[in-house]
Amino acid sequence: MMAELELEVRDGVDRETIETVAAMSGTYKYGWSTEIEMDYAPKGVSEDIVRLISAKNEEPEWMLDWRLAAYRRWVQMEEPSWAMLNYPTIDYQDQYYYAKPKSMAVKPKSLDEVDPKILATYKKLGIPLKEQLILAGVEGAETAGERKVAVDAVFDSVSVGTTFKAELAKAGVIFCSISEAIKDHPELVKKYLGSVVPQSDNFFATLNSAVFSDGSFVYIPPGTRCPMELSTYFRINAENTGQFERTLIIADKGSYVSYLEGCTAPKRDTNQLHAAVVELVILEDAEVKYSTVQNWYPGDENGLGGIYNFVTKRADCRGDRAKVMWTQVETGSAITWKYPSCILRGDDSQGEFYSIAIANNAQQADTGTKMVHLGKRTKSRIVSKGISAGRAQNTYRGLVSMHPKATDSRNYTQCDSLLIGDKCGAHTVPYIEVKNNSSRVEHEATTSKVDDDQLFYCRSRGMDEEEAVALVVNGFCKEVLQALPMEFAMEAQSLVAISLEGSVG
Amino acid sequence: MAVLQAKLDALQARLAGLSFAPQGWLGAARAEALTRLTAMGLPGKRDEYWRYTDPTGLNVAAATPVALFDPRDEPPPFDAIDRLKIVFVDGVFDPTQSDALAMDGVVIERLAGAEGADIHWASGLYGVLEARGQNPVQRPLATLNSAFASDGVLIRVTATPSKPISLIYQQKSETSDVILHNCIKVESGAEVILLENGAAAARLNHVTEVEIADNARFHHIRAQGRAHSRQSNTHLFARIGRNAAFKSFTMTANGKLTRNDAVLELLGADSVAHVAGVALGDGAFHHDDTVFITHAAERCESRQVFKKVLKNGAVGVFQGKILVKQGAQKTDGYQISQALLLDGDSQFLAKPELEIYADDVKCSHGSTSGAIDETALFYLRSRGVPLREAQSLLVLAFLAEAISEIEDEVISDDIRQRLQSWLARHEH
Repeated sequence: MMAELELEVRDGVDRETIETVAAMSGTYKYGWSTEIEMDYAPKGVSEDIVRLISAKNEEPEWMLDWRLAAYRRWVQMEEPSWAMLNYPTIDYQDQYYYAKPKSMAVKPKSLDEVDPKILATYKKLGIPLKEQLILAGVEGAETAGERKVAVDAVFDSVSVGTTFKAELAKAGVIFCSISEAIKDHPELVKKYLGSVVPQSDNFFATLNSAVFSDGSFVYIPPGTRCPMELSTYFRINAENTGQFERTLIIADKGSYVSYLEGCTAPKRDTNQLHAAVVELVILEDAEVKYSTVQNWYPGDENGLGGIYNFVTKRADCRGDRAKVMWTQVETGSAITWKYPSCILRGDDSQGEFYSIAIANNAQQADTGTKMVHLGKRTKSRIVSKGISAGRAQNTYRGLVSMHPKATDSRNYTQCDSLLIGDKCGAHTVPYIEVKNNSSRVEHEATTSKVDDDQLFYCRSRGMDEEEAVALVVNGFCKEVLQALPMEFAMEAQSLVAISLEGSVG
Repeated sequence: MAVLQAKLDALQARLAGLSFAPQGWLGAARAEALTRLTAMGLPGKRDEYWRYTDPTGLNVAAATPVALFDPRDEPPPFDAIDRLKIVFVDGVFDPTQSDALAMDGVVIERLAGAEGADIHWASGLYGVLEARGQNPVQRPLATLNSAFASDGVLIRVTATPSKPISLIYQQKSETSDVILHNCIKVESGAEVILLENGAAAARLNHVTEVEIADNARFHHIRAQGRAHSRQSNTHLFARIGRNAAFKSFTMTANGKLTRNDAVLELLGADSVAHVAGVALGDGAFHHDDTVFITHAAERCESRQVFKKVLKNGAVGVFQGKILVKQGAQKTDGYQISQALLLDGDSQFLAKPELEIYADDVKCSHGSTSGAIDETALFYLRSRGVPLREAQSLLVLAFLAEAISEIEDEVISDDIRQRLQSWLARHEH
């Protein structure tokens, strides 16, 4: 990883370029862990653990009852097995369900009380320096005119800090950790939590409802365009710890917000569990853009270690003309089980899903979306690009459902798969349910390999094979990359290249 | 466990009405099938494989009585075609209507007559392809068929016969419940056309196992029964050798419940497998095409072309899958499923799947659903074409891609006429 030290700096090549290249050549650059004293709850999950998590977060009674109801439901549920995923049985009692940095035992009043080690961790992760300053509480760091991103950082189970709070508050936007929201905005949480993904929705969401320790909360008031992009950064650090974050975003009438989510975890030989729930409530004329770059540790080339990522994400377009756009770049995790969905309830509401899923080595991904058309003249669009390399298996699974009352609705689905190498698999499992005749549904899927002519052309221009493949794959993904906010698009592009390393030759 | 118990209970109820009579070589195959069947039970409503079709009507102990179809002045399908006729009436072979079971290039026997023999060529086929077809999903109704089929034909094609073989399944009883099983072996270099038509019974469970040797060709054209409340489930299992061809076309018009499974395996290189179907439903009509094509050899081509025209609450289902195994390079797989919904009540439910483990392949699938194109309709009317005729024209144009899978023009004209007469009977 220290390759940059050995690199010769040639004339006309600046240091930054070399560092960027060096950074890109690492296999998984977020594989380190931070030695921080942690406060763990005992291993395993039980009613007592649920009570403990609730007590640690100083939650009101209603929240504890809600969690307990979920837990009691969960013990009766069976883990789903329909996905094209193959992994050893998970021992849910062999995980820590709560881990909190000791220095956070008393919540820091201001960000400069945050353990410098945690801040150093985020610095290493490349969270923009500007936020570093803000996280450190430096006055005047918020230079006007620059593009700003407010960050809520979640370290293992706990939110460690949210930036730009004051500026957001001026606009009336609430952006805080969900544990704070439960205390400070119980009326909003009570009204909306579990209203999109009910407690007993599915095995993993129900587990999350019982044991979620933190996550982000966003409320955008009516008619407000959120003045900056909001971002959450998730980091699993502690060993054998499951991360169960819960995100709730409410876009009130006529509001707009763009939300970014990133995640990484250290390299460990054991598998770690991640079961998150994201709920988006979108009211009349509101719009939410939710972008994810998922880069959890994928395990090594032999499939040792890596994150098991079971995520339930759903947007409810409750009001007329509500709009949601999910964009995801899924490059990490040993196992991905994730179907960001849109319930298009309001008339003229719109849902979009753009996805790039890359599986290399022994990774397995089963991901896609659900578009449930309930309102009249609702529109949805699905663009999914799956790339398989090594011995990986990549499945697109999706549902498009046109309810009898969803007249004059429209769906267009395109899912393309690209195979690199002859030992991987690419699968498509779409469900199409059309129950009225004024709606149009179109579904197309193709599977192909990296085009030899394109590779040959790139090679003839002096690119090596790996660069050429990365370029072709980036071209294949272009439609999705374009849907990402700018900063994310850059990161995603280099991530595509890194994820495919070692897949050719 | 509760789910499995329900399936086993359903099976016990069904078995009560059936008699098990194992004899000779066939007895061994039947006994083996019964063992497999008793382990899996009958299909359940919650099976992923029966997601869009409720199998209850096919499972229950007794068939629901149906009214016979009145053909009016329509001649029976394939009437003008010179063919060797084999007629079953309510599942019972009718020698008076049938031709002599003899023709150059083929050996034809009835299943019921071949049972007692000690050894038979069909023992390598009967229940064998059906058993292979149980993976990765169970198809218990086919296994039930292997265990209890009352009759059927065993056809061995050694050369290319001069005319098509035509299986005619007449229905004369309103309560008949029939299980038929055919085995067809097309030997190297041979070619045959198999025609099938008729409802056969109020409820039909039908299995055909086809083995196509290297360089052989098999064409299958089927017009399913028109009785409105008949219930049928059919399975077509095929094993396809090198440089061989399998082509099957099915027309389904009417029928309360139809489930057609096709399970095809391309085992030799450079072969083709095409399955196509048109389904026309008005009112209480539930039609399900479930296709599973496995590419296990290089340079094979498969096509699935399914078109459905639905009105008055009719339901069309398509579950299609292309599985490309590791090493099946240069595969060309194509799958299209489309529905034309003539009114707001009808439904189209589809699950077009791809499962691919080889990288140098070209696979695509498409699925669309919608109403008649108003612009096209307007154009035709502006040219003086009356509304009904214009609609018929557009429906036939919509179905054309599937019909074009029939190679023989005389047969495809026969099918087209039948579609036209259905449209005339079911005008808006």
